[in-house]
Amino acid sequence: MNHISPVLWQFLIKWLTHFAVFPPEASRIAPELDALYFFIVLVSLIGLTIVVLLVAGFSILYNKQRHPVAVQIEGSTLLEATWTIIPLGLFLMMFVWGALIYFRVFTPPPNAMNIYVVGKQWMWKAEHEGGQHEINTLHVPLNQPVQLTMISQDVFHSLSIPAFRVKREVIPGRYTTVWFEATQVGTYHLFCTQYCGTNHSVMTGEVIVMTPQDYRAWLESSTSGMSLAQDGERLFASLSCAACHNTRPDARGPSLAGVYGAKLTLANGQKIIADDAYLRESILNPSQHITQGYAPIMPTYQGQISEEGVVALVEFIKHLDSDYRVQQTTTTTVLLPEAEGKAASAQGSATQQKVKP
Amino acid sequence: MSDSTAEVHEYAGKHAGEHSPFLRHHFESMEQQQDATNFAMWLFLLTEVMFFGGLFTVYMIYRNWYYEAFVAASHQLSVALGGVNSCVLITSSFTMALAVWFAEQKKKTALLACLLATFLLGILFLGIKGVEYREKFEKHHFPGSTYSMEAFTNPASDAEATAAGDKPLPVDVAQHTEMFFSLYFAMTGLHLLHMLAGMGILVYMIFRAQSGAYTGGHFAYVEYFGFYWHFVDIIWIFLFPLLYLINRH
Amino acid sequence: MSEATIVKLPDQATARIPRDNYLTRENGILSWLLTQDHKRIGILYLISMTFFFFIGGALAGLIRLELLTPQSDLMAADTYNKVFTMHGIVMIFFFLVPSVPGALGNFFLPMMIGAKDLALPKMNLASWYLYMFGGALALWAMITGGVDTGWTFTTPLSTHYVNTNVITTGLAIFITGFSSIFTGLNFIVTIHKMRAPGMTWFRLPLFVWANYAASVLMVLGTPVLAIAIVLVALERAFGIGVFDPTKGGDPLLFQHLFWFYSHPAVYIMILPGMGVISEVVSTFSRKRVFGYTAVAFSSVAIAVFGFFVWAHHMFIMGISSYAVLVFSLLTMLVAVPSAIKIFNWAFTLYKGSITFETPMLYAFGFMGLFTIGGMTGVFLGVSGTDIHLTETYFIVAHFHFVMVGGMLMAFLSGIHFWWPKMTGRMYPEKISQLAAVVTFIGFNFTFFPQFILGTLGMPRRYASYPPEFQVLNVFSTAGATILGVGYLLPILYLLWSLKYGQIAGENPWQATGLEWQTQSPPLTENFATMPVMDHEAYDYEWLEHQTAEKQKKEAASVG
Repeated sequence: MNHISPVLWQFLIKWLTHFAVFPPEASRIAPELDALYFFIVLVSLIGLTIVVLLVAGFSILYNKQRHPVAVQIEGSTLLEATWTIIPLGLFLMMFVWGALIYFRVFTPPPNAMNIYVVGKQWMWKAEHEGGQHEINTLHVPLNQPVQLTMISQDVFHSLSIPAFRVKREVIPGRYTTVWFEATQVGTYHLFCTQYCGTNHSVMTGEVIVMTPQDYRAWLESSTSGMSLAQDGERLFASLSCAACHNTRPDARGPSLAGVYGAKLTLANGQKIIADDAYLRESILNPSQHITQGYAPIMPTYQGQISEEGVVALVEFIKHLDSDYRVQQTTTTTVLLPEAEGKAASAQGSATQQKVKP
Repeated sequence: MSDSTAEVHEYAGKHAGEHSPFLRHHFESMEQQQDATNFAMWLFLLTEVMFFGGLFTVYMIYRNWYYEAFVAASHQLSVALGGVNSCVLITSSFTMALAVWFAEQKKKTALLACLLATFLLGILFLGIKGVEYREKFEKHHFPGSTYSMEAFTNPASDAEATAAGDKPLPVDVAQHTEMFFSLYFAMTGLHLLHMLAGMGILVYMIFRAQSGAYTGGHFAYVEYFGFYWHFVDIIWIFLFPLLYLINRH
Repeated sequence: MSEATIVKLPDQATARIPRDNYLTRENGILSWLLTQDHKRIGILYLISMTFFFFIGGALAGLIRLELLTPQSDLMAADTYNKVFTMHGIVMIFFFLVPSVPGALGNFFLPMMIGAKDLALPKMNLASWYLYMFGGALALWAMITGGVDTGWTFTTPLSTHYVNTNVITTGLAIFITGFSSIFTGLNFIVTIHKMRAPGMTWFRLPLFVWANYAASVLMVLGTPVLAIAIVLVALERAFGIGVFDPTKGGDPLLFQHLFWFYSHPAVYIMILPGMGVISEVVSTFSRKRVFGYTAVAFSSVAIAVFGFFVWAHHMFIMGISSYAVLVFSLLTMLVAVPSAIKIFNWAFTLYKGSITFETPMLYAFGFMGLFTIGGMTGVFLGVSGTDIHLTETYFIVAHFHFVMVGGMLMAFLSGIHFWWPKMTGRMYPEKISQLAAVVTFIGFNFTFFPQFILGTLGMPRRYASYPPEFQVLNVFSTAGATILGVGYLLPILYLLWSLKYGQIAGENPWQATGLEWQTQSPPLTENFATMPVMDHEAYDYEWLEHQTAEKQKKEAASVG
């Protein structure tokens, strides 16, 4: 409808939003979704009107006093066909339209900026790449695609931003993602929409959309000093990952430089793309994700590292486009006396030190 | 399946002399009664198939995901004991089928002997299962806080693992052996509960058979219990290869 | 008759309730508690489910009271969570699922097909006891601490993160599930094997078709719920890890197992109600249901398709996008048979002779509200809109429209329609029509604002909400009060009618079903002579002929 008349559309939306019966359209996809929504509303209204008219109309025309003798009619194949095919046709059209939107919402554009979200009972922790950490708030810039990579630390949650028309379950055990592009400055509700226990009703927050300048100012003022990747680098060192993952010729593990986004062949022959999920799984369940050509000796870090820690490591690895940083880390690790002991005992399934970021 | 409809007759004031004493009065004829109760029993078994089917689906999914761990864990089960149990159950199905035959033939003593044999074979099955379960407990293979994966991370420490020639598993793979045992206990446990229920009914039936209830021409109960018993047997016949025979050489 | 009603009652001065009927055949509490008579078992179900309905309703009242204000100020957060969980569990498992099959199906299925009872009367009684035992256990769980997982028992919340009576409640539902399975089993066997001579499949009343389809769902779907509950209980008790990601389990697996039953469950709940509507619309338009074959087959189609759409409850949970495509497409297909029914019922009115007695009023309410409820289901089945609307009050509104606006109205329609047959007495017409209208108005006020709340984004299962949502919530609570009155009235006047209602006679609605060709209340064995079905279903010409014959006989015997 916004293609038919943007002016009329704006008017309709403003009117509905003013009367608080419709959420604001604050993202790029919102008007598209609303168009489908109103289409289905229209079809529903027409359907309901037809049914009500038929029932009311027939009740009046054929009520007992006016029409005392009923005429027995078996049926009509033509009518059956009509009211099977037309609804089916309409539903299929909505299905296709909706599917297109669904794929749009869950396929982020390549230039999307990434924000990690860890949900736990009963708060949202957002981690920006630059090291800004937020609780129950999400600052995002205007007109910039933002991808949320989310995971839960405990039970199922679901992150919902009604003004953006996005919602995605946040589950334990693997990442889920959703993306949006905010198109209107303002503050909008953020809800948890999957029942998660006692304080589910208050696991809410705010999304604050800022102009690019304001956003930059906010970034500078709220950084913790270390970017997520730097946090990850620290972890990489303290967990002595570099003992195996380096570029020495006798390295026991593959070099991680440039691994993010690369096509890998696993030991079992499977070909995968090394995305966030793969990196996370490799840290927590390495034995099933070993790259071809390497022995399955990587120990699991399950239980020793929090989801935030994994996020930091994943960020670090994502930014490893050269092995310069790895070299740096290797050098740093090798220099530390305790690291020598760690490197030596990193073979086989020795017990790992418990390190938390 | 043919649906029977009954013949027209008056039934106010009708008398027992004209029909079998076993006819339940809401039915029009013995034929209808047998047809209906037979169908009902098969439908009930279908619900049992759906019940176990859900569990088998869960098992197949995890076996697919954690194949290596499941193979190693399965080596902990004794094929000998499981095999003996399979024979025991199949034999008990045979004795049960014989019981149905003897009930139809109105041979009370033979019927009792067969029912008793089925019961005793059931006891034998339970006994062997008890031995297997106890072994699992002793080796800390019962899922939960007491679970130990020592046998999988270090096969040399374990007789069965060494015998099967298992290689040591990394910790994150070995952790999934607990999933195998969870499903092993859930599946065999559910099967066990069904066997116990069956054996309870068998005891009741032995007493009833003793008083001639099934050898007077109406042996439907024996037949339907036979269906149930065969079903429990068939479940085991699926359980055994799925759980015990993964990747055995 | 110049009156706009088809009710034909016997002369009240001389009419009497027949002395020998299923209610008077035996006396004493044991004759009820140990009965194998399907009609008495139907009455037992009716009484017990009414009890559970009011418990569920009280819990709903508490929810709406809390939601009058944006803050969570009426009860503690944990208490509110327990209240909505129990509301869902009681209403679904102890009211909606057994409602029409347990009360009306049990009573009328055998009579409609010309049988003396269901195939397995003892199993029927066992079903009721299982239901009562499950219900008692659920109430016990509720009183001794409650359960706060939501009726959906989402893992890992239900397995690892709550300390409430999950296993007890799970066991209660498990036991009641068997009640459902046995009832379904009984119905299927009865319909296949005990039809009267001449009663072919396509002469069956559509109520029978609908209950048949629902029974197939009960029999095939409920065991999967049972195993899901068993696994949750094992996980809680022993930590087996089957749904625990830290042990390699997948919590999403529980969702698949749970919804594999719970989606067909909604069809188990609605199909019998649709069966009632077929009977009522036909009777009060004096016409055969338009498109009988289409309506019969659509019941079966809903049952079959209903098994293939479960993951539409999981579109945003992390299932693959291709799975979403498949399930969304199948969901579009399952919506079509319901639409077919609505249109067929509407066209049954065409060239009919329509009257507006209470059952018909409820039936009209059903048709309008179920259409809205069904269309809002399309919003949710379309994957794009589902993203925005799922897990909000839109879902709450959708399922209340189909279940309360749909199923509960159909149930009340059926109760009023068959009340004279079950009790021998008529309920008072004016007040019952008033109650129907009050219910309809109260219902719309309660649940329509919730669609708007959902679109605005208000999540479900929230005790507190942003202040801008308050106005709509207040509307909703106000409506709930009116709705409560609408549901209370029938209890009062139906009970009143047991003593003071007019004598109904054999066939006050002049309906065509076999159950109407015998005394009210019926004999224990249903029919004095076994009926022979020599006419089609809803054959009003046959009925006219029949009535004329009877009148001739009476005139002859008097003269």
